Amino acid sequence: MSTTVEASHHSGTGENYLTAGYGLKSWLMTTDHKRIAILYLLSISLFFVIGGLFAVLIRIELLTPAGDLVSADSYNKLFTLHGLVMIFFFLVPSIPAVFGNFLIPIMIGARDLAFPKVNLASWYVFTIGGLFTFAVVLAGGVDTGWTFYTPYSSTYSKTAVGLTAIGVFITGFSSILTGLNFVVTIHKMRAPGLTWFRLPLFIWAHYATSLIMLLGTPVVAISILLVFLERVFGIGIFDPALGGDPVLFQHLFWFYSHPAVYIMILPSMGVMSELIACFCRKRIFGYSFVAFSSLAIAVLGFLVWGHHMFTSSQSIYAGMVFSILTMMVAIPSAVKVFNWAATMYGGSISYETPMMYAFGFLGLFTIGGLTGLFLGALGLDVHVHDTYFVVAHFHYIMVGGAIMGYLGALHFWWPKMFGRLYPEAWAKLSSIVIFIGFNLTFFPQFLVGYLGMPRRYHVYPDEFQIFHVLSTAGASILAIGYAFPVVYLIWSLVRGEKAGPNPWNAKGLEWTVPSPPTTFNFDETPVVTEEAYDYSRPVEGKVV
Amino acid sequence: MFSNFQIFPEVASSMASKVDAFYFFMIGVSLFFFTLVVLLVTVFAIKFRRKSEDETPKPILGSLKLELIWTIIPFILSMVMFAWGAVLYFDMYTPPADAMNIYVVGKQWMWKIQHPEGNREINELHVPLGTPVKLIMTSEDVIHSFFVPAFRMKMDVVPGRYTTAWFEATKTGEYHLFCAEYCGTEHSEMIGTVYVMEPGDYQDWLERSAVASKSMAEEGAELYSQLGCNTCHEQETGARGPSLVGIHDRQVQLMTGELVKADDSYLRESILSPVSKVVAGFAPIMPTYKGQVSEEDVLKLIAYIQSLSYETAPSDIEATESERTE
Repeated sequence: MSTTVEASHHSGTGENYLTAGYGLKSWLMTTDHKRIAILYLLSISLFFVIGGLFAVLIRIELLTPAGDLVSADSYNKLFTLHGLVMIFFFLVPSIPAVFGNFLIPIMIGARDLAFPKVNLASWYVFTIGGLFTFAVVLAGGVDTGWTFYTPYSSTYSKTAVGLTAIGVFITGFSSILTGLNFVVTIHKMRAPGLTWFRLPLFIWAHYATSLIMLLGTPVVAISILLVFLERVFGIGIFDPALGGDPVLFQHLFWFYSHPAVYIMILPSMGVMSELIACFCRKRIFGYSFVAFSSLAIAVLGFLVWGHHMFTSSQSIYAGMVFSILTMMVAIPSAVKVFNWAATMYGGSISYETPMMYAFGFLGLFTIGGLTGLFLGALGLDVHVHDTYFVVAHFHYIMVGGAIMGYLGALHFWWPKMFGRLYPEAWAKLSSIVIFIGFNLTFFPQFLVGYLGMPRRYHVYPDEFQIFHVLSTAGASILAIGYAFPVVYLIWSLVRGEKAGPNPWNAKGLEWTVPSPPTTFNFDETPVVTEEAYDYSRPVEGKVV
Repeated sequence: MFSNFQIFPEVASSMASKVDAFYFFMIGVSLFFFTLVVLLVTVFAIKFRRKSEDETPKPILGSLKLELIWTIIPFILSMVMFAWGAVLYFDMYTPPADAMNIYVVGKQWMWKIQHPEGNREINELHVPLGTPVKLIMTSEDVIHSFFVPAFRMKMDVVPGRYTTAWFEATKTGEYHLFCAEYCGTEHSEMIGTVYVMEPGDYQDWLERSAVASKSMAEEGAELYSQLGCNTCHEQETGARGPSLVGIHDRQVQLMTGELVKADDSYLRESILSPVSKVVAGFAPIMPTYKGQVSEEDVLKLIAYIQSLSYETAPSDIEATESERTE
């Protein structure tokens, strides 16, 4: 892209956002979007490790049909906390709060987000929500499942539901603040010449995600607050014994929590477009179709919540409406996958680590998406609903899709964020280990799900054991795969080769500035004169 | 270690083979698209791999024709999936008129089941082969879900309302019954066994396992007089409450002018929350029986009301008819 900034002026000249200030205060009081991204990176990495440890205990428990490692109550708390931590404290903030924060201003040629202080506030709100979650663990845990179904959560559970509700309520606001900031920034702060249809698809995906965050999160916050009010003050909203309607909660909860799935996957789709364009050296095939499919997913995603409730006693005709809309939300996802595949046609494809994750994403997300159709199809969902089939499906989307995208992003932009390269061979190896471990963990769960193994079972009949043994074996491999990057990425901070501004020879404004970028990103506002991913024009700061 | 290993669940109900046929169709379509994507990505990744560092591929903007193809074909297929699934779903939740009723009450953490003949069981369900069975279910506490994988049947069991589901067993044997909706500590032990028996064996079982010789309706009749229902719900005109003879599953007109079907749910609501839907021509004076009768008692009362058909009390037909037209 044509900008007035010459990247080479800056490389090696010292000052960047990391060295702009030292000491804890310079980090805790920062309003620099890049530093806030790093704060989020540290926080969510901690939560990922905690959520992962819960998963490890769950998988070890399920190795045998009997409940021999932990008690039934402990098991119920483990899967509840695993879900809560992974969804609200890792997946929802993951790509937006780390890479969205870091990259959106740079990608659109801005110095920062529209509201830098609001951005910092969102991290503090997130941290306070996180502290509540730690308090929940200290208070003995919570056992409602991350779904908080009433009247179990509002009346019957004897665990720390109130504290958890407050934690989730508070954390929701960090996501609302982030979404608000992104929407305003993308509307108002684009560099001259950067029209909507010149934006990187990463920005489009985050725009769609932010709309869902803004419109959906308040609903889950209110629903959880209502559970809290019923539980603490006995106000009858959901418990039929108090004159309430327990199924009403499911409507309110899924009105947010289904779109929340798209909060988790859309940013990952945005990452895919960046990775595939860069490592194929091509403009994304059907750019505008990929851009609009993100918006279509965001809009349709709000109209399909009832597909979680086909066996809930919801009217069968309502079920039919939700089923047909669910089928329709699959179309824009299919359009994206085909466009990515078509982008590869006639490209110049290289297999660096981020592209390995893109390949992994394409395969796993396709399986996750297709099995979603099984669940959206009424007559089939009745059998597989609330079984391991569902567990397998959403892990293919959440881990196979969202986390593959997150790791792809981490490996793609790591050199930009820290100015260092990681050892490519180790990174590639770990991407393969993760891919194998993931499939071995979750594919058997489709089979045991169709056999009838229900979710959230602490003990189970003998005939399901072999599938759980395979799953646990896979999870062990997956855990090793996740451990690699922790080691080599930290190692790279100290010993890694200097990255230079554009190690991948990629297009995009973020690759025209030094690695790591300076505090204000650009010395002068860049002027954009070309389309996104125009690899037919010379790449700036090219590594020769 | 891995005794009785299976890869596919038992097929033991009229619905099971239909669901499986749909499942195989879905697997077929999925395999096609998955193979297509993997093949495209693999072939392109190999064919168009970077051969030299300074390659500049020719940009391709896109193709409206291709976009339409990969929008319209998946759309059509997804509508086939919708329609097929919807037809199955409709059948699953539309019990045949001649189905026999079985009553289910879920509670933390057991299944309590009663047959119309009066037989009770816990965490076991005996049913005859080849007979449609309709389950009328409710919960005493939290939401549960009645799931029999071999029948491909599942329905949530919700406190405060009746839910129904049905199946027709097609193969004798013993099958898992699971609670599929997380319901607290011992959720994974809220399990049981469904025994599908030859109809003759089922009759033997009914006789063998009968504790008292009373049917559910007879037990309901006893409750009916114990609770004093008969003092108001008399069968002649001018009584304080409407006659209940032949009322089950018939339309009644409410004070508000609205017509509602006096089905199980309506009768339950009228016992536990009598003033919410009062029949036209009567004053809202009935006290609530909430807390005085258990969910199982309510089911017995309903079984009794259901048994009050015109045939058993022919002399009352006229009275009821005139009342209804008022």
